[in-house]
Amino acid sequence: MAATLASADPVLADFAEQVGAEGPVAVEGGRTRWLVGGAPPPDVRTVRAPAGIVEYAPEEMTVRVRAGTTVAELDAELSSRGQRTPLPDRGGTVGGALAVGENHPGLLGRGRVRSSLLQVRYVSADGVLVNGGGPTVKNVTGFDLPRLMVGSLGTLGLLAEVILRTEPNPAVSQWVVSDDADPFAVRHVLLRPGAVLWDGGRTWALLEGQADDVASERAAIAVHGTFTDGDGWPELPPHRWSLTPSGLRDIGAHATGRFVAVVGAGLVFAAEPQPSRILDPAARTVGERLKRNFDPDGRLNPGRDPAAR
Amino acid sequence: MSGDPAVDDLVAALGEALAPDRVRHDGAERALLSRDASVFEGGVAGPVCFPVSTSEVQAIMRIAAAGGHNVVPRGAGTGLAGGAIPLGAPIVVSTTRMNRILDVDVDDRIAWVEPGVVNLDLSRHLGPLGFHFAPDPSSQQVCTIGGNVANNSGGPHCLAEGVTNAHVRAIEVVLPDGEVAMLGGLDAEPLGYDLRGVFVGGEGTLGIATRIAVTITPNPPAVRTLLLSFAEVVDAANTVSAVIAAGCVPAAMEVMDQRITVAVERYVGAGYPTDAAAVLLAEVDGLAHGVDHDAETIATIGRANGATDVRLAANDDERALLWKGRKTAFGAIAQIAPDYYLHDTVVPRSKLADVLEQVYAIADRHELLVMNVFHAGDGNLHPLLIFDAREPGVLERVHLAGAEIITASLDAGGVLSGEHGIGVEKQQYMDRLFTDDDLDHQDRLRRAFDPTCRANPGKVLPVGHSCADIQSLRAVPTGVWG
Ligand SMILES: Cc1cc2nc3c(=O)[nH]c(=O)nc-3n(C[C@H](O)[C@H](O)[C@H](O)COP(=O)(O)OP(=O)(O)OC[C@H]3O[C@@H](n4cnc5c(N)ncnc54)[C@H](O)[C@@H]3O)c2cc1C
Repeated sequence: MAATLASADPVLADFAEQVGAEGPVAVEGGRTRWLVGGAPPPDVRTVRAPAGIVEYAPEEMTVRVRAGTTVAELDAELSSRGQRTPLPDRGGTVGGALAVGENHPGLLGRGRVRSSLLQVRYVSADGVLVNGGGPTVKNVTGFDLPRLMVGSLGTLGLLAEVILRTEPNPAVSQWVVSDDADPFAVRHVLLRPGAVLWDGGRTWALLEGQADDVASERAAIAVHGTFTDGDGWPELPPHRWSLTPSGLRDIGAHATGRFVAVVGAGLVFAAEPQPSRILDPAARTVGERLKRNFDPDGRLNPGRDPAAR
Repeated sequence: MSGDPAVDDLVAALGEALAPDRVRHDGAERALLSRDASVFEGGVAGPVCFPVSTSEVQAIMRIAAAGGHNVVPRGAGTGLAGGAIPLGAPIVVSTTRMNRILDVDVDDRIAWVEPGVVNLDLSRHLGPLGFHFAPDPSSQQVCTIGGNVANNSGGPHCLAEGVTNAHVRAIEVVLPDGEVAMLGGLDAEPLGYDLRGVFVGGEGTLGIATRIAVTITPNPPAVRTLLLSFAEVVDAANTVSAVIAAGCVPAAMEVMDQRITVAVERYVGAGYPTDAAAVLLAEVDGLAHGVDHDAETIATIGRANGATDVRLAANDDERALLWKGRKTAFGAIAQIAPDYYLHDTVVPRSKLADVLEQVYAIADRHELLVMNVFHAGDGNLHPLLIFDAREPGVLERVHLAGAEIITASLDAGGVLSGEHGIGVEKQQYMDRLFTDDDLDHQDRLRRAFDPTCRANPGKVLPVGHSCADIQSLRAVPTGVWG
């Protein structure tokens, strides 16, 4: 490939120039998850990634989008063609959602954020545009830089543009709620639910699929509780906990305060923060080497550490 | 005794750490493990180790690190890009004795397995519980989960469910320095960088996986399998593009052209029509109404694109037979030609018909026989060039045709590999897709796991990018076309 990325796309080149090659720099999206993984120094220089949907190919189920585009704008465009992605919309940007890497509470139906990123273009610590992955839905060409970027909190490169995989919306989505159901049994009965949520008393289930299948799944879970129509997501408490799916069974042992758990995934939204977790020491060492290899001077998103959430 | 005291010392040290009968240095074993299922020759194996535990793998790595030896992990050796070929007489670590299914947890929907577990054995084990392991490479009767992880392998049923990376939750890895790391975790959002995600597809260059937690998938209550026949290959390809464009993602969509169908029929008699230019094998699974709806969608789109016949598999036996035919396609080829070279590129799904036509034209130009059997649903082409290596000059033509197929795929906006990996096969093409900066960053990733380039060196990254550059290796892969 003779031409560099920068020479091919002036918008990306301009972003790379803003990032430059010297001095600490943080990228700002919607500031909705600004403190995840640590606070940046207050006086740090900030840049914004370019915005806009570059190319949406619904028939390929892929979309190329600048990292600074809001998730809301992307969602609006995709839903006009009956599609969606796993990215959660919390008022932030696509780049922010990928860098933070947190999943949508509907991850059982939508899949995980990490599986949706096909190609990534980012600005490196030396101000160079780098491309990882590729535009096709299947690809094992070389080392997986896209995977590395998801959840990296922008500490290895600043996301400029990405290609995401999209998927069709289900024909029908129906919420049902119950105050006496066993949420684990409900999750077990449903083949591919959009979500099963539980707050220790009430169970919410999002049934997805063809109308007749939704009706028969609803009948099947009636064995495990009395369900009535629901009207959408419950309010989710602010803090995230990461447990194993089976670990939810004794969630009472944890000081979560009010919680809403994603049954089948182990994700918990709770009133209280999760006590700090400990990363495997050898994995931590590899992570530290990654940071040194990609950003030896520690200039990208200083103060943040994906191992310190 | 090898006659070389340094090698003898190494073999003795390894034998002491494992057991003497699980470290082999005889000519037969080394010759066997110098190749994989690819066409590449020129590999030279050093001592071959058969560890049975993580601590034995760790002991091997420590001995290797202390002596500055290279190490190549190896599963069943079915790789098609030369990933497991030992370059420069490294220590070969075979995982075949690490083949236990350690734990299955239906609540967490995971199975912990050792890396040498054969893919199909896991699904067989899970069957009575109502689950299976979703990635189903055609080689699943022999290939290992460790190999699947290292190559991020796919299979016909990875269209809706995703390839291996979507099904791996945690990996215990012995790093090249001998440290044992747990990457990822069973919890919802593991801490730190996604090292688990990065390790999958690392082609044995990032360390050796010693325990793997894979997601287990419930068996769908309803399945429909359709067989569509076409008078033109492009009609089959256009049907596939149109199904995806209609917002329907079947569990599998596989296309076979007439030449391969005929070979398959002769070999196993699976019930494929031999007079169609191409067949599309499509499967939908899930709940009863959804599968009927999707099957109808596929049939309608097929007919609109010129399908001459649309058949629904009547029962499980018929379905199983159709899949047996698809999965033994390569075995069938072995019956009719002494040599074949299976390519693996991906193109945007809307470009399938276009690139296929070019593939046939390229083979014609080089007077080669090409057959196409491929994972059409995700645009993953597998042109199969058939030849007899004894014919003078044929290897050069195979080589040229392969290069042109790659060019046609890249020109259509595609990539070099959908599932076989880069190995030694496609290193020299990497710079067609990536700049020096891109490759430099891939190298930085690799070196975070393996700073001294001792895990499967000489693979993936092209010459000129550090870990590919080890001089002692360079003498070797010239015989690549042997
Ligand atoms: C007939 C046939 C059909 C095939 N069909 C498909 C298909 O449909 N889809 C598909 O994706 N592939 C297919 N393949 C390719 C191949 O089977 C897969 O790549 C498979 O996953 C390789 O597994 P293996 O155990 O044989 O690995 P090997 O060939 O032994 O090794 C492959 C790579 O994995 C590394 N490795 C092995 N074990 C470990 C470990 N424990 N830790 C770290 N690295 C390790 C090796 O170093 C090497 O780089 C096919 C091959 C054949 C011959």
